[in-house]
Amino acid sequence: MAYLTPRKRATGMGSAKSGVEHFWNMKVSSIGLLILVPLFVFTFGPALGSSYEEMVAYYAHPFPAIVAILTLGVGFMHFKNGFQVLIEDYVHGAAGQYAIIAMNCLCYAAAATGIFSIIRIAL
Amino acid sequence: MADVNRGNRPLSPHLTIYRLPITAITSILTRITGNALLVAALMTVWWFLAAASGPEYYAFADGIVTSWFGDLVMGLSVLGLWYHTLAGVRHLIWDQVIALDIKTAESLSWAVVIGSAALTVLTWIIMLVA
Repeated sequence: MAYLTPRKRATGMGSAKSGVEHFWNMKVSSIGLLILVPLFVFTFGPALGSSYEEMVAYYAHPFPAIVAILTLGVGFMHFKNGFQVLIEDYVHGAAGQYAIIAMNCLCYAAAATGIFSIIRIAL
Repeated sequence: MADVNRGNRPLSPHLTIYRLPITAITSILTRITGNALLVAALMTVWWFLAAASGPEYYAFADGIVTSWFGDLVMGLSVLGLWYHTLAGVRHLIWDQVIALDIKTAESLSWAVVIGSAALTVLTWIIMLVA
């Protein structure tokens, strides 16, 4: 013990048991979405309401397809982390944990479904 | 035993009587808009799933997403999306430990409100033309 610095002994002993990973993930994904969201809105928006043939031809282009895949992937991970903070702030105990686990499942499922669908349309 | 009477003490009537400053309103709206965007996100995933499933199911899903109800959800979500985006930019600015004084924070709050409204109207116009 005597050889450990106070800093070393304190590391990992806080109630959170972790550092700034969550904050950093939100920050990185928010910057990613800052680029992706405008690109997605103005590629996905005009595709809404188009005929099946037009839609397939449009998403066969790499740009709108890649933008949509990235937006759904990064967006749902950002949502998952944001929802976790909402629950941690307002819902305590087991109910909060179940809510976070359920939303994790939903976010991964929705992201995978969306990405699979876009790839299937594009290819 | 310290604090036996926990949870049964009189509280000052804070949220029920206190007029929230613009910084507080824009702060809670950031959380509300962010979480509300789940609806539009799931609708978007459903649209892509339908598009990958074939012409009939695509026509059905696209019909609902572009119905008055779908337009309402997507139209309001555009407002929520731009609001959450600009509020997020405000957080990125604050993370740099700048613009934290009350006057600037209040100005940034109004910039988020007015900016998101302007971007929403602009987006609606572009979508109607496209």
